[in-house]
Amino acid sequence: MTTSSMNQPEESGANGGGKPGQYYSYGIPYLSISDYPGKLLAIEGTDGVGRSTQIRLLREWLEVQGYGVIETGWTRSELMSPTIDLAKSSNTLNKLTFVLLYATDFADRLEKEIIPALKAGFIVLSDRYIFTALARAGVRGVDRTWIRNLYGFGIAPHLVFYLRIDEKTLIRRVLQSRGMDYWESGMDMKLGDDIYESFRAYQRALLKEYASMSDEFSFRVLDARRRVEVIQDELRRQIAGFLAEPDSPAPIATKSE
Amino acid sequence: MEGIDGSGKTTQLALLAKWLKAAGHPVFQTEWNSSALVKAATKTGKKKNALTPMTFSLLHATDFADRLLYNVIPPLKAGMIVLADRYTYTAFARDAARGVDRRWVRELYSFAVKPDLAVYFRVPIDVSLDRLLARRVKLKFYEAGMDMGWSSQPLESFRIFQGKVLDEYDRLVDEYGLSLVNAAGSITDQQRVFRRLVSQHLEIAHHDDLVDESA
Repeated sequence: MTTSSMNQPEESGANGGGKPGQYYSYGIPYLSISDYPGKLLAIEGTDGVGRSTQIRLLREWLEVQGYGVIETGWTRSELMSPTIDLAKSSNTLNKLTFVLLYATDFADRLEKEIIPALKAGFIVLSDRYIFTALARAGVRGVDRTWIRNLYGFGIAPHLVFYLRIDEKTLIRRVLQSRGMDYWESGMDMKLGDDIYESFRAYQRALLKEYASMSDEFSFRVLDARRRVEVIQDELRRQIAGFLAEPDSPAPIATKSE
Repeated sequence: MEGIDGSGKTTQLALLAKWLKAAGHPVFQTEWNSSALVKAATKTGKKKNALTPMTFSLLHATDFADRLLYNVIPPLKAGMIVLADRYTYTAFARDAARGVDRRWVRELYSFAVKPDLAVYFRVPIDVSLDRLLARRVKLKFYEAGMDMGWSSQPLESFRIFQGKVLDEYDRLVDEYGLSLVNAAGSITDQQRVFRRLVSQHLEIAHHDDLVDESA
């Protein structure tokens, strides 16, 4: 799947995974981020995998240990939120402007939230990350190399957890929670008049995109069909292992206390 | 049509459009940063001085993509002459002057249609400043590069920023083969050169049409 992008030279974008804590590619020349003490942890996954529940529990757990934690999400920047809402509600958005609006939003949050937090030594928990954009663009047929170059100013997370579910579970969970919305059903792609069929085809294609990125971006894949506590334990075990590495920030509370 | 603020390219473009229309050519005009899609965000960002060089760059790319798909490609398909008041080169020059990676911004715009002719109206900063000050009292914040914090004086900031923009344009002339017009000259002299450049392309297009019809 990723052959075309894998063959590109390392410099050509957000492919090849990047070095944790560094820009994927060209980066932002006026913002040097080397040696920042903070850590960036991304929780990826489709709708209905319980990302926000897991992040809430992780935050609690990390803060008890004395880590400073900041959460960031997808499409929440002050600058772009109103515009994205407006654009989604109108019919003029196409795949290219769709991708660019989200990239602008990400740039705003990266420069104003993520980078300052990493500089100040926080653990940044990102509810979705650039992979959401790459998956949505991939489904819509946006050029793989182009979108990876576009996100070349992104910072490669220290850890990426991909909460994976199967198509059937995904569809049921989305229908249960908030139902099908126009964009999440891929109705802009005009896959068919039947909303359910369009929705199913879209979600299936999304899962395929995520699967194709697993190796490329070194996802740590977790089965999200299990109980919340089981997934949380797994996340904590892996994060604890990472934070125990020598260059990680030390918690306030040690185990003996 | 490319050139810094005060280069007179908008005047030149209007005169060119008159000439083309009078000769019976269907003309469509599009202007940099004019789509309704990003207007709200650009306005909010500018008002609060909240735009970074990266978000400034990406918002303009979004605007460009929107106009490309609605205001450039359809009229081209319909066989019209599209006159663009600023094109991708404006982004290459301004974004690089603000410290955005040159390679990144070029690849960002790789979805753009390559123009048949790109004309750069080159003008010294003093001439452009004279023209701008003659018709306006105050230089705009981003136009003067005030967001970069190089000088708290708008005039001085304009000089520094537009100086960098001019340097970037000079790179682009070779890189992309932009056609140069000396924009310090008189309006009619410039227009004469401009029309000569454009007419070369129209003759070629006309010839192609004839070949198509006979095929």
